[in-house]
Amino acid sequence: MAEEDGVRRRDFINVAAVSAAGVAGIGVVIPLVSQMSASADVLAASTTEVDYSSVQPGQAIKAIFRKQPVFIRNLTQAEIDAANKVDISTLRDPQTLAERTKPGKENWLITMGVCTHLGCVPLGAGEGEPRGEFGGYFCPCHGSSYDTAARIRKGPAPLNLQVPDYAFTSDTVVTIG
Amino acid sequence: MSFPWAKEYTPAHPFMKWMDERLPIPRLVYNAVGGGYEVPRNLNYFWNFGFLAGLCLVIQIVTGIVMAMHYAANSAVAFDTIEMTVRDVNWGWLMRYAHANGASAFFVVIYVHIFRGFYFGSYKAPREMVWLLGVVIFLLMMATAFMGYVLPWGQMSFWGAKVITGLFSAIPLVGEPLQQWLLGGFAPDNAALNRFFSLHYLLPFVILGVVILHIWALHIPGSSNPTGVEVKSESDTVPFYPYYVAKDGWAIGVFAILYCAFVFFAPNYFGHPDNYIPANPMSTPAHIVPEWYFWPFYAILRAFTQNFFFIPAKLMGVLAMFGAILVWFFLPWLDKSPIRSASYRPVYKAFFVVLCLDMLVLFYCGGAEAKEPYVMISQIAAMYYFAHFLIILPIVSAIEKPKPLPYSITEAVLGKDDAARLEPSA
Repeated sequence: MAEEDGVRRRDFINVAAVSAAGVAGIGVVIPLVSQMSASADVLAASTTEVDYSSVQPGQAIKAIFRKQPVFIRNLTQAEIDAANKVDISTLRDPQTLAERTKPGKENWLITMGVCTHLGCVPLGAGEGEPRGEFGGYFCPCHGSSYDTAARIRKGPAPLNLQVPDYAFTSDTVVTIG
Repeated sequence: MSFPWAKEYTPAHPFMKWMDERLPIPRLVYNAVGGGYEVPRNLNYFWNFGFLAGLCLVIQIVTGIVMAMHYAANSAVAFDTIEMTVRDVNWGWLMRYAHANGASAFFVVIYVHIFRGFYFGSYKAPREMVWLLGVVIFLLMMATAFMGYVLPWGQMSFWGAKVITGLFSAIPLVGEPLQQWLLGGFAPDNAALNRFFSLHYLLPFVILGVVILHIWALHIPGSSNPTGVEVKSESDTVPFYPYYVAKDGWAIGVFAILYCAFVFFAPNYFGHPDNYIPANPMSTPAHIVPEWYFWPFYAILRAFTQNFFFIPAKLMGVLAMFGAILVWFFLPWLDKSPIRSASYRPVYKAFFVVLCLDMLVLFYCGGAEAKEPYVMISQIAAMYYFAHFLIILPIVSAIEKPKPLPYSITEAVLGKDDAARLEPSA
């Protein structure tokens, strides 16, 4: 470094040292922050196969996907009609039943059993559980009610029950994830 | 810093002299909680609660370290290790119940301590920093208590963890990844349990550090007092030792009677039966509520059921719940009245009483089920809560005509002060 351009050797060393310390600091923070994210074994357990053949119309079962419940519901014709009758422009999270199911399998409603408010398991999948005033699911924690297409209709939850990625891999098995 | 008439530490024993010249810890203690700390002579019993809060912290740390000796932070066995501590470990039942009820006792004490501050204007200049550090301690306490409640890995533990970490998912864009990062997975599991245990062990010592700062900041101007009039002369104060050491000793007695009544005769009074059911991710308890000390803030969270313009109801609830405590940080600047004590502020005093009632209403609603009429009552009470701090306090402090203050603490106590002069008093 030449003296005449106003930058002294010491300025250069100063900037270089502080920059190196800054980069080193970031390098230390990245692993410290990243170690808290989901580990490989947690991520590995992220598909589930379920045999749904025994679920009769009007019934639902709970399966486990990513350590969280999934509801697999066989809708009755009345429930499908009730869901299709709703004007979707009135919904908080507008979606038709068809958008939430697979073509030709409109009676199979597969959603996460995780309330989109704060993550409780809504009631309604089990026999005799309250299903709320819209006939779908009812979350007891903060009173969110979902309709027969598991769409949010009332209460604090912002979104419909999430539809996970899934595919019907045979006539009796659905693979979630 | 201290008053000029405060006694100086004078070591008598040669060893203490030797020590004082090398590491003057005895001098520090003498000046902080000994004969060297001059305190207003007129403190009432509400001033014992700061000391009691410190006592609770010590109880929690001691019993907590013991609990950690018998506990295993693994989701497969955590529930069982707590049960084994209670049933099989020598005196384990005592340690467990002393720790669980110690948390409740800590919050009882701290709420009285905070509302003492509201009433007597303890947050006002020159003690703003004492107040701000106190709010930090309260936030740390809430985080510590929440994580501690997760450790037994019962149903309430699990669903409490799920709901509270679910709060973070309300944050736009980064919410979901943030929640997964906090939990180390998609739902609370072994990773979450382990980190909660690690932090539950760490945070009490962070609290201890902030408590030291809190006391340090307090001892710069010295303790406030029920009249809110600053100390003027030697006749206004007495040394901390023996006067307030003795009075705090008496407070320990009363506190211990109540605390032991719960530990020994109603150890599960503050708990939930559901937390004696091991955690089950597939089934939410019919009525999940947090521990009682979170109820007022939980009621505020649940009060938001409609979207507010473009802000989703869920995010509004979360913002309001955190805002309910964060607003305390601004208290010294929202309440502009130069008069500290509500005893001389008739209008503020009335609103203080209303605030206390409002908190009790929120408390009740937070523990009730999420249905009408509790939702609507919490909405009204939550609105009033914020109105108190953001609207009522600034207006009242601007228009209120205070009652005449005593000339000095001495006059307030004795009815006369020989040193009183006709100068304007503060």
